Amino acid sequence: MRWTEPGLALAMAGLAGAFGQITQPAAPQAPKAPAPMQALKAPATPTPALQRFVVVLDAAHGSNDPGAQLGDGVAEKDLVLTLAGHLQAMLQKQGLSVTMTRNADIDLPGLNRAEIANHAQAEACLVIHATATGSGVHLFTSSLSSHDASIAGVSARTLPNQPAILPWETAQAAYSTDSLKLESELDAALVHAEIPVTMGRASVQPMDSLACPAVAVELAPLAAGNTTKGRPITDERYQTTVEGALAAAIGSWRTDRMER
Amino acid sequence: MISRAHKVLLGLLLLACVAMAAMLIRLRNRAQDRLQEQATSAPAMEASVAVPPTEVTLYVPNDLDDSLVAVHENLALPGNQSVEAQELLTSLVAAFRVPGSTHPIKVANGVNEVYLMPVPQAAGQTGNPGQLAVVDLSAALAAAQPSGIEPETLTLLSMMATLHANMPAITEVHFVVDGQPRATLAGHADLTRTYLASEANPMPNPETAEGAQ
Repeated sequence: MRWTEPGLALAMAGLAGAFGQITQPAAPQAPKAPAPMQALKAPATPTPALQRFVVVLDAAHGSNDPGAQLGDGVAEKDLVLTLAGHLQAMLQKQGLSVTMTRNADIDLPGLNRAEIANHAQAEACLVIHATATGSGVHLFTSSLSSHDASIAGVSARTLPNQPAILPWETAQAAYSTDSLKLESELDAALVHAEIPVTMGRASVQPMDSLACPAVAVELAPLAAGNTTKGRPITDERYQTTVEGALAAAIGSWRTDRMER
Repeated sequence: MISRAHKVLLGLLLLACVAMAAMLIRLRNRAQDRLQEQATSAPAMEASVAVPPTEVTLYVPNDLDDSLVAVHENLALPGNQSVEAQELLTSLVAAFRVPGSTHPIKVANGVNEVYLMPVPQAAGQTGNPGQLAVVDLSAALAAAQPSGIEPETLTLLSMMATLHANMPAITEVHFVVDGQPRATLAGHADLTRTYLASEANPMPNPETAEGAQ
């Protein structure tokens, strides 16, 4: 699925004001905020980023935006924050640097989430959601495609010695191929852990503005099947299995990137 | 003093008035019944005689495998394209609420209206760009929609696929809720965008599609 973009707006007007108010709970080393009306700069060369392999975890919703109600009085915003926290610990054990967009129950607009993620110059961005519908884990990449990037005339990986200028609202288009590869890595790890997976494309913020390989990971309850036992989304064992699979996939993703 | 003859005359006049009033009320009710009968029978006759049912394809989502399943139905579609588009989506939403639905959304009225207009063209652009469908969803549908990326995206995709399959001239779709722009359907799927109808890319399942409904 893809949408039409009536105008490829470069950096959003008034962005500087938003930057000034951004809280970055887990990104003390974040670079200086860009100047007003400046478009997003992609990493000039991939090598430095590989030396410090950064993963961004975006726990969706927060504060007055509870997201979906998952049963037993559990709100999506709380469950995804817990999941992100556990995943952070697992990834840090692997020696990865993890940037969380939020560590607490705070209101964080999509624009600010993308800004935190993009400052981290991450090699993988996971946007974590949860739903009471469906079964297993749903993986989504942005509806933007590399075709959208070619329309904009940019590519994050074709300009090795010069920073590419990415339109803020369609920054993800330049990373669509890498995002699909990351999605494939996550799919393989989840299937290996016997978690049913569905994959698709979706238009969900802040995915389109992320300048990194990005996948939205949506956890759903585990429906009972021929060989699987049904488990509610709040089942800790089920959650741990999913977290373990995601951590393994990111580890494998790092190995792939280092070998390239 | 009123004479006896006057009293009788007055009584007769009063009786005549009551009788006339009763007759007027009766005649009025009969006329009203006749008009109502005409109003209810006319569209049914029009539909059955003037507009034969057409086979349409509805793309019904399946939440478990993230797919759209083609379901064939016969609908009597009027000549007006906007009304046809609305009828298609109304039938689709009706499929959401049947018992055992693979994409359950229990809402009586899901689509307020569908507006069709030519896709805006850039200056100097030629050719037929197709039609833009602005789908006005009801707030009741948005409230009943299960929250999540997958269920919300499937709702939008099924509507786009259904419109594009039956009315290929519709190339773009934009969604509003109760006539107003809205950020998301139920917290996830972006409604600020205009979608390309062709991008819904349904994958019909021949096993379940045949004979369904």
